[in-house]
Amino acid sequence: MYVTLRDASTSGSRRSTGRVTGTVVLLGVVSMLTDISSESVSAVLPLYITAVLGMSPLAYGFVDGIYNGVSAAVRMLGGWFADRSDHPKCVAVAGYGLSAVSRFFLLVASGFGAISVVVTVDRLGKGLRTAPRDALISSASDPASLGRSFGVHRSLDTLGALIGPLLAFALLAAIPGAYRAVFVVSAAFAVLGVAVLLLLVPDLRPRGPRSTLAGGAPGADDQSLTRSTPSWRLLLDRRLGRLLAAAALLGVLTIGDGFLYLALQRRDDLATEYFPLLYVGTNFAYMALAVPLGRLADRYGRAAVFLTGHLALLAAYGLAAGPGWAWSTMGCLLLLGTFYAATDGVLAALTVRLVDPGVRASGIATAQTVVAAARFVSSLVFGLLWVQVGAATALWVVCVGLIVAMVPSALLLRPLDGETTA
Amino acid sequence: MTSPLGRRVLALVAVVVVCVAGTGLYLWHARAEQEAAVDAAPPVPTASATLIHDLPRIVFRSTLLGTGYGEVAMVPLSDPSADRALTGTACERVYAVASRVLCLAADRGFVTTYSATVLDADLSKVQDLPLSGMASRARLSDDGALAATTTFISGHSYASASFVTQTLVTRLGGEAYGNLEEFTIVHDGTTVKPVDRNVWGVTFASDDDTFYATAAWGGKTWLVRGSLSQRRLTTLHEDAECPSLSPDGRTVVYKKRLGRPAGQWRLAAYDLSSGKETLLAEQRSIDDQVTWLDDATVIYGLGRSGSESAVSDVWAVPADGTGSPRVLLKGAWSPAVVR
Repeated sequence: MYVTLRDASTSGSRRSTGRVTGTVVLLGVVSMLTDISSESVSAVLPLYITAVLGMSPLAYGFVDGIYNGVSAAVRMLGGWFADRSDHPKCVAVAGYGLSAVSRFFLLVASGFGAISVVVTVDRLGKGLRTAPRDALISSASDPASLGRSFGVHRSLDTLGALIGPLLAFALLAAIPGAYRAVFVVSAAFAVLGVAVLLLLVPDLRPRGPRSTLAGGAPGADDQSLTRSTPSWRLLLDRRLGRLLAAAALLGVLTIGDGFLYLALQRRDDLATEYFPLLYVGTNFAYMALAVPLGRLADRYGRAAVFLTGHLALLAAYGLAAGPGWAWSTMGCLLLLGTFYAATDGVLAALTVRLVDPGVRASGIATAQTVVAAARFVSSLVFGLLWVQVGAATALWVVCVGLIVAMVPSALLLRPLDGETTA
Repeated sequence: MTSPLGRRVLALVAVVVVCVAGTGLYLWHARAEQEAAVDAAPPVPTASATLIHDLPRIVFRSTLLGTGYGEVAMVPLSDPSADRALTGTACERVYAVASRVLCLAADRGFVTTYSATVLDADLSKVQDLPLSGMASRARLSDDGALAATTTFISGHSYASASFVTQTLVTRLGGEAYGNLEEFTIVHDGTTVKPVDRNVWGVTFASDDDTFYATAAWGGKTWLVRGSLSQRRLTTLHEDAECPSLSPDGRTVVYKKRLGRPAGQWRLAAYDLSSGKETLLAEQRSIDDQVTWLDDATVIYGLGRSGSESAVSDVWAVPADGTGSPRVLLKGAWSPAVVR
């Protein structure tokens, strides 16, 4: 079952091992199917809530607020469960399963309260599954090509996020008003995702017997894994501390996508007209660049690529703060996608190499939560700044902040590449 | 991971087959059912538009299943229960005065596009207005000189600030006043500029300058009085959305949250000279910008529940808190009274 796929684009590369394991691709497919499921619903939910359930856009804003808040809270819990049980797959199945179940409730839910519950359950599932899933990806990967493995996964994941809304609108075009049809299709994709995970992805155990790791190319950290219980003190690692500090510092200067889209929409008629499609530009760049940037990270240092990715973010803010030309709006969206491609999977890959396999999922969850918390603080501060000085000036302030923060971040991150790419 | 690979692949194939077949069957059934429902719907009895054309009338969006669903329709003001005249023009939201009709339409497709069109009394196009996003509210001034549209520009789950309204005011054939969010907001005597401000639900006074609307920021909503010439909004009263000014210009009726869960409102009347607020007798939650039938009665759309959720009715209730709501028009939405 451990199909090793030969990466089509490896011919010219010398150093790379040229392999991404079948398990990583399967996990990517699981995420793709699940994202098709969730994004098709997200795309029509505002229409459904306002047009069919007859609630106002304000009510939708409230539902959307739940969407973003719940997920972060259970993420740490998911990481902890995964490490504690040493069965990250079981926790991931529970997370994906919870989201799939919520789709079926959507078929019978009516009214505001029911929709809120469904959305909450869906996000609970998402929070729960993220860290164990990333732990599985790293267990199944050659440590030397972790960046690429996460790149392949994020690329497939983003493909799902692109397909979902288009599928939903195609369905609504074919059967007008058939929101229920969208929900049925969404439920089917969610079930398929869970089925692929449950039936084909091996139960890789980071601490378990070596034999279960057969699928992943054996790496340096596969030795001496038979400790019975993980110690979370292993997370108090100085190198991990450096990474978290740098991630927090840069995260505080990463404003929410919503603000950026809003800034583009306010300055630019084009962005207003295509507001629902802005994410397509971002996701397209993310999808296209996740693998090449992951490979670059494996080759030249993950910390270096993680840091450099923030230059793309800097450029995106610069374009958003400038005058509203069509090309600068496009450029801003593509640069934002480049930033995600250079940082999201790469951060997970960086974290994995710094923590003991026994607390891998907790380590990933910690890094992701630190970033999420930093960005939340950033949104609060940026909102206030926007009020005081306006969008453009606020963006320039963040740009200057990013430039300044790059220096200590570089110092913090510098030692990490040396030790990991040996 | 105890069962052999072959069996697990077989199980996956079974799941795929069940999912694909089940979904396909459902989609086929849904499509067939929709076509059957359209075929089976009784023909909507209609009247000739030319007979109603010059009378005082109620213009609305017809939501009776069957012929003319979603089309602009009208009935005489003197006899609202008479057969409706269908116009063949489809709008999501419509508003009308004697000389002009404002139609917000959605062209549903791969990417849904939206349009706002000003029509004359014969429903011939006069002017396209700039618009993006889902139709929410439409209003004209009584003389047909000013138009206001509120649309809901929906974001995507990737955008956390995904609830954005855009309210545009335009002098027809003249100045575009742009998005009302750009107007100065005066609150408690001082100018405020909250980043999360939203403005929606405009109603015009008869002087072609003053208007009333909703402004929201920091989780609260306010009834505001606006001036187009001064590009300014002044807050009057808290917890008021989608105001509608009476023909005599003395009262606005709006919807109030009253601390209820999101998405639920009560209708209330506000006396502009005394500042006195009265809850109307309508107990159900109403999400509409009401219209005045006369100086004492407001009318509004309310969707039916359950399987008839695509159908809505227009109800009427006295604007002074007395009486009880009654159905004025069956299968109707977005009413406007042309006197």
